[in-house]
Amino acid sequence: MVRMNDIDPELREFLDGYRLPEVPGAPWVRPPPGRQRCVALISTAGLKLPGDRPFSEGAGDWRAIPTERAGEAVMDHLSISHDRTGFQHDLNVVLPVERLQELAAAGEIGAVASCHYSFMGASEPGAMEAEARALAGRMKADGVNTVVLAPV
Amino acid sequence: MSGLAKYLEDEGLATVAIALVRRQAEQVAPPRALWVSFPLGRPFGTPGQGAFQRRVLRAALALLERPHGPVLEDFPDDAPAMAAPDRPWQPPFEHSVATPGADTEAVIEELAALAPRYRASVERRGRTTVGASGLEPEPAARLLGRWLAGDRPPSTPAMATADALRLAAEDLRSYYFEAAGDGDLAEAQVTDWYWTRTHAGGLVRALRLACLKDSDRAIRHVGDFMLVPEGYCD
Repeated sequence: MVRMNDIDPELREFLDGYRLPEVPGAPWVRPPPGRQRCVALISTAGLKLPGDRPFSEGAGDWRAIPTERAGEAVMDHLSISHDRTGFQHDLNVVLPVERLQELAAAGEIGAVASCHYSFMGASEPGAMEAEARALAGRMKADGVNTVVLAPV
Repeated sequence: MSGLAKYLEDEGLATVAIALVRRQAEQVAPPRALWVSFPLGRPFGTPGQGAFQRRVLRAALALLERPHGPVLEDFPDDAPAMAAPDRPWQPPFEHSVATPGADTEAVIEELAALAPRYRASVERRGRTTVGASGLEPEPAARLLGRWLAGDRPPSTPAMATADALRLAAEDLRSYYFEAAGDGDLAEAQVTDWYWTRTHAGGLVRALRLACLKDSDRAIRHVGDFMLVPEGYCD
């Protein structure tokens, strides 16, 4: 288990000093009120369902994780050093589908999206742009208006 | 992650991103981000701690109430520790694999020995993370053993050989970790046990060495970066 505060100094220096490519613009959407939110999750953990094609290095594509099959998700992260044990213990530390369902049941959000998604996080943002914009269309068609994104 | 948020927001979706590396969120400036101090690999905190995970999710969603952005806020708490196991972790078995080796039959015996613990883990957690390769653990082990013995089927449209090797090794490791793992406190011990005192670890270490000599650049790359963690490479 590795925290930013106590990881290998060399890795911390690399992560802290890594200059991400600039993503221009400052888009801002006025979110719908809480009870009208249909929320989807997006992870960059390289999650997929068994049988899905593998992720490849540098690619910007994604895999769909339907809510009702979230428990079947496996991790196809390309880094051997990446910690899988939290995910093995509890899907919700990476993709908190059950937590979202609890918030929906409590009326704090309107609904949980029927599907969630995962990219492979080591890819550059530019490689993901076209796929991300196409995915946005798919999500909107599915009624999604709010997205929670989480790296690993 | 932050770049993705900007693309999606630009397409009309309201987004909020968890950030594990604060400086990267500062650089890219997604519309709304919640920085958390949690371990890499665990953006919502601690396994089995639903109330804490819910707090993190609520804190992220609360950023949607801000009138303008970009917003980068810090979550105030570290992730709580997992409950300590009842007793110190004991390895299910220990085999001497001081040098990498391709003893597939010994791996099959280990898989059988671990099967009751693996089944108990699946029952306890209600799921398994074994399955990335599409193979059961025994065929996955046999694939690696055959490849090391020189039986090297070409890539198919559905699966490149490099991916097949990488994912079969991934599934073996997941099986052993799920069968033997017993909470955070044992993670380092399980890792050390797997790579140094199981035949499966020895098989994958041998696979790495063979991949490094392969003529296929993709397979060499898998051997270089995707099979054995630093510290356990021969």
